[in-house]
Amino acid sequence: MKLNGAQILIDCLKNEGVKHIFGYPGGAVLHIYDALDACTAIDHILVRHEQGAVHAADGYARTSGKCGVALVTSGPGLTNAVTGIATAFTDSIPMVIISGQVSSAVIGNDAFQEVDAVGITRSCVKHNFLVKSADDVAQTVKKAFYIATTGRPGPVLIDITKDATIAKIEYEGYPETISMRSYQPEIQVDEEQVAKAIAIIETAKKPIIYSGGGSVIGNASKALITLTQNTGFPITQTLMGLGAYPATDKQSLGMLGMHGTYESNMAMHDSDCIIAVGARFDDRITGNLEKFCPYAKIIHIDIDPSSVGKVVGVDVSIIGQVNDVLQVLIKGLETKKLPNIDTWWKQINDWRLVDSMAYKTKQGVIKPQTVIETLYEVTGGNAIVTSDVGQHQMWAAQYYPFDKPRRWINSGGLGTMGFGLPAAMGAKIAKPELDVACVTGDGSIQMMLQELSTMLQYDTPVKIINLNNGYLGMVRQWQEFFYDKRYSMSYMDALPDFVKLAESYGHIGIKVEKEADLKPALIEAFKQKNRTVFLDILIDPSENVFPMIPAGAGHHEMLLAGRDDMASTNDEGLNLV
Amino acid sequence: MRHIISLQLENESGALSRVAGLFSARGFNIESLTVAPTNDETLSRMTIVSIGDDDIVEQIVKQLNKLIDVVKVTDLTATEHIERELSLIKIAINNESQSRIETQFDQFDAKIIDVSEEVYTVELAGKSQKINDFINAFNTDEILEVSRTGVTGVCQK
Repeated sequence: MKLNGAQILIDCLKNEGVKHIFGYPGGAVLHIYDALDACTAIDHILVRHEQGAVHAADGYARTSGKCGVALVTSGPGLTNAVTGIATAFTDSIPMVIISGQVSSAVIGNDAFQEVDAVGITRSCVKHNFLVKSADDVAQTVKKAFYIATTGRPGPVLIDITKDATIAKIEYEGYPETISMRSYQPEIQVDEEQVAKAIAIIETAKKPIIYSGGGSVIGNASKALITLTQNTGFPITQTLMGLGAYPATDKQSLGMLGMHGTYESNMAMHDSDCIIAVGARFDDRITGNLEKFCPYAKIIHIDIDPSSVGKVVGVDVSIIGQVNDVLQVLIKGLETKKLPNIDTWWKQINDWRLVDSMAYKTKQGVIKPQTVIETLYEVTGGNAIVTSDVGQHQMWAAQYYPFDKPRRWINSGGLGTMGFGLPAAMGAKIAKPELDVACVTGDGSIQMMLQELSTMLQYDTPVKIINLNNGYLGMVRQWQEFFYDKRYSMSYMDALPDFVKLAESYGHIGIKVEKEADLKPALIEAFKQKNRTVFLDILIDPSENVFPMIPAGAGHHEMLLAGRDDMASTNDEGLNLV
Repeated sequence: MRHIISLQLENESGALSRVAGLFSARGFNIESLTVAPTNDETLSRMTIVSIGDDDIVEQIVKQLNKLIDVVKVTDLTATEHIERELSLIKIAINNESQSRIETQFDQFDAKIIDVSEEVYTVELAGKSQKINDFINAFNTDEILEVSRTGVTGVCQK
């Protein structure tokens, strides 16, 4: 069958099981859009900005576990997409991004809308391809999906020249299998390493499980629950890992790290045996490395050998799919006598009494923490919550206990403001049966506002929870603590009327200024099943995120809310910011 | 410590820049880098000399292994290996220095490959240290130009 490269591309995507593409057309991809028009198996969502396309595909991938797909044109289409690609790369999200490229004959001539897409994206993709011939399309698509979704997942870019989409060739169908000598993601779990880990676990007195994004991305939630419950060990989870283990369970100590709970961080600090599951010892987790977990033997389970020993030296590493490793570990532990850790739990329960998540309510102002708690109550804890980046992100992570994986969608690694809204749209398309809330702030929301228009066109009802404090809150918080309250450029004057703004996009806008109106407004918003509702909630502008490990400090040096000891750091600490 | 890392990678456009980009993006140091196709024309051999602590080199090797185009990574320094470097060196001569300089050529087994009135061009192969020693055997104003390939190497087994 003779097809042009664009038709082959679309056929390949269809055969790969792609149901949704997020994209934006342009000159270099016109043939692809023409072929897409003739394809009924794939829905295309026309975003309003290419960054929105990639974030939406990302939110779709994180929520569904499937590979997200975005399609953009050459030049500015590609450069606009880069932030989204880097966001997905940092959080190991499976995604295939297809970008148009100028014709192969003019590559390198500074042609109209030409950029070196492969060069620009090289350091923020798992792999990328430049396709210059229709003959290479099918193989490349097969490879791209294979690479994106296996091993440690990540975004893969296919840059395809215009002439490759136009040329007609004999198409023999989408390849069924692929094998690459230079890429073999299947890893056999090394049982000897597991035995070494078990030897450490058997003699532990103060063990803790520290679980990260790998438990979510690697679909290891069930195994993680089994391991935790079989051992009776406490578990703490990273920002990226929330939900893999139910937060409301008694063995869960909550999040750890910079804005984690007191009990999590103290338990990490005092622990003699840390079982790191799909976590990468990010600097927001470890704080000051010299003070990090001084007494612990560390067992590190990860798919990526380069994560091991990159930041923190470990005692035993077990490389493999988190789920596979946990199965072997669970089986190995079945016949072993596990340590009695009653004393450890007593210590942990004493730390819990500190109640580090407590906050003071104040007459006449709405506390952001209360907003998130009310959101939890109104949604029964069952919503998908996406967030942007800043204070609101931390409050959402702290006060909405996630009991299931893939319900908490945020840009944890790159910290991309503007992620939340398009990600919520992608999440709603992936899981239309679930409520989706986008927790955002007045700074972040304005970075991707235009997607409100897409959400109307494609009928993706999302509830936007705008924690409006008039500030770039996290910047303001740091300036308050560490820059003598010099609030340089963190105040947002001239905010739009978000209610009118939402209305002008065809959505419902509700302004909430009094605490008494908060819950009724949230109930009303979620009652509007088929509408996007923008809740503009005026919160206490002076509220800070606590508890906090100031940069440069150790886990045992946390600052708690309402204490007199002001946050402080030093130059070395500020370097880590 | 100095490490010689030998890579086999797919002989595809962009593969070299992936490796070079990795070093600059992660702040790893490259002292020299050589690359050419092997007897299997689909594969290139790249030899990189890098200086770093063992844990940094361990990261380098792991990160290189992660590159999709990379088929195999070997830290030659960790095994019995042979390393060689080729250099072309232009040396100024005059009647007075000629015999001293030619003696040095003999001692180092350097091969004269081009002669002009005042300049000898010699070819010298060997371990990098040998080439360093050769260069140091002359006065700095006698060395006119040095072109070195960087190290290439193979495992002995």
